[in-house]
Amino acid sequence: MAVQKLTIAKALNDSLRKAMEEDPKVLIMGEDVGKLGGVFRITDGLQKDFGEERVIDTPLAESGIVGTAIGLALRGYRPVVEIQFDGFVFPAYDQIVTQLAKMHARSLGTIKMPVVIRIPYAGGIGAVEHHSESPETLFAHVPGLKVVSPSNASDAYWMLQQAILSDDPVIFFEPKRRYWDKGEVDVEAIPDALHGSRVARTGTDVTLAAYGPMVKVCLQAAEAAAEEGKSVEVVDLRSMSPVDFDGIQASVEKTRRLVVVHEAPVFLGMGSEIAARITERCFYHLEAPVLRVGGYHAPYPPARLEDEYLPGLDRVLDAVDRSLAY
Amino acid sequence: MTVESTAARKPRRSGTKRPAAANAAKPAAATAKTHDAEPQLVQLLTPEGVRVDVAENPDVAEFAPFVADITTDDLRGFYRDMVMTRRFDGEATALQRQGELGLWASLLGQEAAQIGSGRALRDDDYVFPTYREHGVAWCRGVDPTNLLGMFRGVNHGGWDPTTNNFHLYTIVIGSQTLHATGYAMGVAKDGADSAVIAYFGDGASSQGDVMEAFNFSAVYNSPVVFFCQNNQWAISEPTERQMRVPLYQRAQGFGFPGVRVDGNDVLACLAVTRWALERARRGEGPTLVEAFTYRMGAHTTSDDPTKYRRDEETAAWEAKDPILRLKAHLLATGGADEAYFEQLEVESEALGKRVREVVRTMPDPDTMAIFENVYADGHALVDEERAQFAAYLASFEGGE
Repeated sequence: MAVQKLTIAKALNDSLRKAMEEDPKVLIMGEDVGKLGGVFRITDGLQKDFGEERVIDTPLAESGIVGTAIGLALRGYRPVVEIQFDGFVFPAYDQIVTQLAKMHARSLGTIKMPVVIRIPYAGGIGAVEHHSESPETLFAHVPGLKVVSPSNASDAYWMLQQAILSDDPVIFFEPKRRYWDKGEVDVEAIPDALHGSRVARTGTDVTLAAYGPMVKVCLQAAEAAAEEGKSVEVVDLRSMSPVDFDGIQASVEKTRRLVVVHEAPVFLGMGSEIAARITERCFYHLEAPVLRVGGYHAPYPPARLEDEYLPGLDRVLDAVDRSLAY
Repeated sequence: MTVESTAARKPRRSGTKRPAAANAAKPAAATAKTHDAEPQLVQLLTPEGVRVDVAENPDVAEFAPFVADITTDDLRGFYRDMVMTRRFDGEATALQRQGELGLWASLLGQEAAQIGSGRALRDDDYVFPTYREHGVAWCRGVDPTNLLGMFRGVNHGGWDPTTNNFHLYTIVIGSQTLHATGYAMGVAKDGADSAVIAYFGDGASSQGDVMEAFNFSAVYNSPVVFFCQNNQWAISEPTERQMRVPLYQRAQGFGFPGVRVDGNDVLACLAVTRWALERARRGEGPTLVEAFTYRMGAHTTSDDPTKYRRDEETAAWEAKDPILRLKAHLLATGGADEAYFEQLEVESEALGKRVREVVRTMPDPDTMAIFENVYADGHALVDEERAQFAAYLASFEGGE
């Protein structure tokens, strides 16, 4: 059956399996990805079926994982690296930024770097420090990297395979608190372009732009707003580098109002860039300034406070009201 | 004489338990000033140019067979390699002083380490250099003028790494040891019998990436040789600011052999590198080679070594010059005559002239190259900015 109802976690697992079946050069590397199947079980069963040479348990050393993945890519492999949690990517940040991102440019195009770095990211699961962060801007800012995040099972299934097929390094952020959300996956569909946005809900009064874990919050906010007679459009960005500004612009030209929502700190976040660009592009269409809803300029708080820190329905709806009030 | 000689004698798979070398990591070693101490090292040619008698020096017996096939012709070849490399390096230094290059990292004094190890490699081996491996590049057949593009500021590389299996220079120190390890993991997966060599310096040995590379290569038993040129100085930081135990001993903690070789002895460097490469090819995993040498010049043309090191130290190392050593040997054994050296002088001058001409006529890259090769598959933002910039440039045409 072509259409299956899968959790995001299972869709990612199926996606990895398919990519490995289709290309013997695809490798999986990371801490605990083998026997355990990853701490979130995204790689469950893959080592059993593809062997230790292709699903590689690594020492606990993130720079080493990414650095050796670069070497394997130079040798013709397509490594898919798992960083166990968002806050643990920083020991590898040097290799990602100074090496992985630049290898293609430095070599004047002779070297390809088909490396995917999967990072379970963002909050909402009651975790301890370093397990709930949203560092996407730090990667989107780096030329040479592509950055994406699926928000649903179908995108999880397709976007991961597209990322693996890409000859560019892709930072693949997985919204960990959505791993267990189910959705329909048509495994025979023709997928959307990896870096295009998607209108997740149509509306006419305000556009909400979000990605990853915040798409669900925005859809719920739109639902709640509808009960108050407000028509809210939700755009799922899907890609943070590049950003589909054309897609956002099309929505904003219709609704004339934009609120960008993400978990990462607002200051210099994705919302800042989108606000600046959309203001340039849609200055005469906008009825209100572009507003942003997101995290604060503070370390991600202890879990007991994360519901206050994370944008929820009320904060999103408040921004919708403020936008409509202009 | 490897200090770790008992352990290094018998090549073994990494990860196996080994008896601690009797003299390894004793407190006394920790207090030794490594850059002042006269270290024990594998040497086949003395500073006076005399071949070491293997029968009288059993500690080198393991390595001497690896150069048993070396002929006088080969020795002359190594001599030529070192002379040409030094001439090239000197020309580049001069070009920097003349403002033709933005920076230059000289290899002066390290010719034997680079030529010895470089000539140990097979064509299908893969090299991951740092930014000073001009002699290794020479051995790989990379045109030396291609090394100058990045120092002149016209590119970040200038050669296709796959043509000569010589990766681009890496500026962030130690990073490439992980790339080499990953590449070697791939070589093993492919079932190939080629090997990988990673170059780095004593300063880079302080980087975490180098430790991670040691560990990954040991854990996966990867066919990689870590070739550290310990040139005693990391810019102005001496080796005692980098380590408390001799560098090559570090390998033991990761489960593979480490060897210290006289880095100014081209023959010993060749022998030890061949030995390490053969271990790798046989599936016996990584090796750390510490080539004990000296950077005669500055770290780069940006620093001034007179501010941080003593003249006596430099003079002591001058007496160990790798080129003079082989010349003395060739002269003493009748391997070459004065005519040979004079002819080589002419040849190296011609190289210097060619380098000078190529650098001075090296074209600047096309302005739009800023936007090229940022991504393999394209990127909407780059496309947008390229178009904006092209339009901006076009706005000047006819407007003046």
